[in-house]
Parts: sequence; structure tokens; C-alpha cells
Amino acid sequence: MTGMLNHLVIVPILLPLISGAVMLLLAERRRVLKGAIGIASTFALLIVAIILMRQADMTPPGSGVTTYQLGNWPAPFGIVLVLDRLSALMLVLTSVLGIASLLYSLARWHRAGPRFHTIFQLQLMGLNGAFLTGDLFNLFVFFEVLLAASYGLVLHGDGIVRVRAGLSYIAINLTGSFLFLIGASLAYGVTGTLNMADLAARVPTLSAGDAALFAAAAAILGTAFLMKAGTWPLNFWLPTTYAAASAPAAAMFAIMSKLGIYVILRLWTLVFGPQAGPLAEFGSDWLLLGGMLTILFGTIGVLASQTLSRLAGCSVLISSGTLIAALGTGGGEVIGATLFYLVSSTLGIAALFLLVELVERIRDPGADVLAVTMEAYGEGDDEDGLADEIGIAIPATIATLGGSFVACTLLLAGLPPFSGFIAKFAMMAAMLKTDGTAVQASTWMLIGLLIVSGLATLIAMTRSGISSFWARMDDSIPRVRIIEMTPVLALLLLALGLTIAGGPAMRYMEATTQALQTPRGYITGVLSAEAAEGRSRP
Amino acid sequence: MMELIFALAIGILTASGVWLLLRPRTFQVIIGLSLLSYAVNLFIFGMGRLRIGAPPVLENTESIDPALYADPLPQALVLTAIVISFAMTALFLVVLLASRGLTGTDHVDGREDAQ
Repeated sequence: MTGMLNHLVIVPILLPLISGAVMLLLAERRRVLKGAIGIASTFALLIVAIILMRQADMTPPGSGVTTYQLGNWPAPFGIVLVLDRLSALMLVLTSVLGIASLLYSLARWHRAGPRFHTIFQLQLMGLNGAFLTGDLFNLFVFFEVLLAASYGLVLHGDGIVRVRAGLSYIAINLTGSFLFLIGASLAYGVTGTLNMADLAARVPTLSAGDAALFAAAAAILGTAFLMKAGTWPLNFWLPTTYAAASAPAAAMFAIMSKLGIYVILRLWTLVFGPQAGPLAEFGSDWLLLGGMLTILFGTIGVLASQTLSRLAGCSVLISSGTLIAALGTGGGEVIGATLFYLVSSTLGIAALFLLVELVERIRDPGADVLAVTMEAYGEGDDEDGLADEIGIAIPATIATLGGSFVACTLLLAGLPPFSGFIAKFAMMAAMLKTDGTAVQASTWMLIGLLIVSGLATLIAMTRSGISSFWARMDDSIPRVRIIEMTPVLALLLLALGLTIAGGPAMRYMEATTQALQTPRGYITGVLSAEAAEGRSRP
Repeated sequence: MMELIFALAIGILTASGVWLLLRPRTFQVIIGLSLLSYAVNLFIFGMGRLRIGAPPVLENTESIDPALYADPLPQALVLTAIVISFAMTALFLVVLLASRGLTGTDHVDGREDAQ
């Protein structure tokens, strides 16, 4: 762990920044080159993320983390990046989704508007930075980076629906950012630090009055993150925006709503762990309640959805709600199963968003929105005009699409053989294991909701499937290219792989949980890291 | 007294901002967001405690009393927050104009209320 390997932690932030900046210099029509740079950069990100994951997995749970001191000042004075199992897991998930969406976009979407590849890389940079940072204000900055990029992605492809959805999306996220700022600065005003580890170390020593103020700060911060995660009643924007966004952008957004969950998981276990005294487990009832209401809202939404893309948007809500409610129950093993569910549902939802656009081509082939916007944009007639003819339509299109759709349904509804089943099963098993004491009524309600939401997803997806695939088709077989189908299949295979490799995956999640539940390791790991040699004091 | 005026200023800015944010015209929304961002910036600044005549930059680092100096960190945070919210407001303005151009109305829903 010396030399160059030390600097690997910052690569997930620097690499997309650099490749995004380079692509700004290239003319808009050199899309093949841009696509190649984007794919190369994202694949490199995946490799780096996997190396980092292995590195994080080598440290025994609860005994320290890898830190990277930006500017070479030790924490809490300098800003640090922190790598542990949880952030490594999210990095891998981000780059997997990144590759899938980017490959998919190469078929046609990257031609639908300017600067797509640069914005996409910046989105990856913001996500990776937010997962890696160990500093509250730095987290805000990375949030803004990824939000700014996501505004670009929402509007990508133009059109009245996207602009209208984008308008409310931007307004709500700006408001969320203000809440974030108020919460972060209030936390600083009370504790005098913005470093997450230092924050966790100082919270138990607060006086009663300060603790109340800190609780207010945490509640305001929590509201901002729950807004990003799509908790009811702060989620009315989410299905509309996700349904309006272009397919590859929406697939990336599947992980963006998980970012809110990640931050809650990170800060909540760190700051409000058992060592926090009177503030321990602060707000867990609210998480449970909010999560359950979100599941309910998502379930109704899924059943009421008229279009597939809206259905996908509502299943994001179900997934977010499940995660938040499960965190609210707070049990140790529940968190491990929750992480498993997070990975599996993110893969499933991303695959569904990519699939939705292909399936909708069955309904009205040739007349999709994209064709119109591309015409309006005056594109598609330069060098890439050739690519359309070279691309091969895949054989047995309907069979492949239908098979993938069934797989998506099983994955999201939580039926075997896909990983959604294992995740839900593990979550319920962990909730019911209470060492002899009676299971609480709220837990029973949550379990009931989980089952009902799975059933509702199954019903809604089956209904859409029947109307899409079993409807009369007058010889209109949609043109689907291999490069569009591959990412969907790859994501579904990954979810299947999670079932097959369930043992090792679950072991990793459990080690992550153990590390999360002993925040002492994280705190001392960050605060005791020495600055590297060769720093010259001013 | 200074604290009271400061708190009142933040409160009035926030209240006006929230009210405008909930109005139906896009221009009102953007002004509301601007007012909110001023309020938030003042709030961050206030979190460094209000001091008069205390410089935030340390000199002669050998023997100093930190109590004589203002906390420099919130001032740096405010600077970052101003830059970011300014950029985001500019971006929002562009989307607002695009929406106006596409829908022909300045209503946030992209269509007038049915009366």
C-alpha cells in the first residue's frame, strides 16, 4: 500500500474530470472519438473501482479505512477522501451503470443534443466524489457537480416535456441544496467541524442545548437527503422527471436517488451510533414512517401508471422507500440485507429504464420522440449517418425483449431466481430475528408492505407486458440494435450473478455492516492518519 | 441588537423567498430562489458568530490569541455557496427562457390555469 497505489483513491474523481474536459475541446461532430474516450474512461473507472474494492475488503472490518489527504493536511484540518467498503461498493455500482448507459447511448442518444459525453463524465465525477468524500461541505460541492450535470442530462434531447420536467426538477433541487447548506452550516456552528469523523467524535460531548441544535441540523440535512432519495411527501417530482429523461440518463439517475440513501446510511450510522448518548438512533422512527409511506405511494403509483416509463419511475420510489424503512428498523443484520437490496434494485431499475424505450418502440415504431427531436436539432446527417446502416438489428427481437422484460419483472418484484428475492428474503429474515423479544407491530407492517409492493409490481409489470408483447402486431418488428440490447442483458446477468455468487456478496455486505456499526474504526482511521512526507510548512 | 437585526433580515428574506417560490410564474420562482440563497448565505456567515472589527486572517503565528480573530471558515463557505448558487440560478434562467419559448407561457406548469 505505498507509492502509486496511494493515489488510486482520487482517480475516480480526476479521471472523468479530465476526460470530460478533453472532450469539451473536441468539435461536436467528432462523436466517434468522443464515444471512444468516454467508454475508455468509464471502463478504466470500473477497473479502478474494483481494485479499490479489493483493497477496502482486505482491511479487517472495523479497523480503519484508507484516507487520502487532499492538500496533504491531516484531518480534521484538511479535506480528506475516505475509502471503505461502503464507498467502494457504490463506486463499483456507479461505474457499472455508467458503462451500461454509455454503451446504450452510443446507438443513438448521444447524437440527440450537444455535449452529452462531457456532461455524462461530469455526472460520474460528481457521484464518485460524493461517495468518496469525508467532509460535509465537500459533499455539498460534489452534490452540486452531479446535480449540475444531471440538469444537463434531464434536458438532453430537448423537447417540451423534458424542459417542463427539468424546470421543476431544478427548482426542487435548488431548494434541497439550500436546506443542505443550512444544515451543514448549523452543524458547523454547533460542533466547529465539517469533517464527518470529527463530527462523530464531537457529538457525544455536546451540552444539552447544543445537542438540541445539532438534532435540528441533522433533521434539516436529513430532509435534504430524503428529498434526493424521493421520500414521500417530497417525491412528486421524481416519477415525472425520470420518465421524461432520455433512457440512458434515467438509468444513471437510478443511482442518483441511491446517493441520498448512501449519505443517510453513512452519516446516520457514524454520528448517531450507540456511542452518541442521548442522540443515539436519532430520527429512526421518522425514517421508518417515511419509508413505509413512500412504499405505499410507490405501490399505488405503480398500479396507476399508464406508461412504462412512469411505472419505472414509481418503482424507484418503492426501492427508495424499502431502503429507508429498512434503515429505520436499524437492526444490525437488516443493514447487510438492505445493502444487497440496494445493489440488486439499482441494477434492476437501470435495466428497466433502458428496456422501456426499446419496448415502447413496439407500440409506435418510427414515431418516437427522439426521431422528432433529432430532426429539429438538425443532426444525424453527418459522419454518423453511416453508423445507422452498419448497425445490425438483432435477431428474434421480440423474444429477447420479452425475455428481458420478464427478467426485469422477476427482479423488481422479488421473485426467484433473481437477486431481488434473496435481498427481500434476507431483509425479512433479519427483521424477524429479535433474540426472543416480540417482533414490533411496525416491523410486521413493513414486512406486509414489502410483500404487497412486490405483488403490485408484478401485477403492473405483467399488465404492461401483456399489452406490449401480446398485442396484435401487424408485421411491425421494432429495430433494436445489439449495442442497445447488450447493456440491458449485462445488467440482468449481473443481477443473476448476484444470486449465484450470493454467498461471497452477502459476506462482503456483512463485513460492510460490521464496519458501519463500529464507527470507532472509521473515526480513528480518519483522524489518526498522518500527513505524507515532504510537506513544507508555510 | 446586531444579532436581532441580522436574524430578522434572514427571516424576512426566507419568508419572502418561500412565498415567491410557491407562486405560479417562473420569474417569481427565480426571484424567490435568489432571495432564499441570500438568506442562506447570511445564515452560513452568521454561523461563524457575528464579530465586529475582528480580522479572519492570522498574522504572526507564534503568539496569538485566536479569540481576537473571526472564524475564517464560514466566510470561505459563503464564497463557495455564492458562486454555486449564482451558477445554478443562471442555469435555471436558461431553462426558464427555453420553457417560455417552447410553451409560450411563463406559468411554471407550462400552461395557463383553466379559469
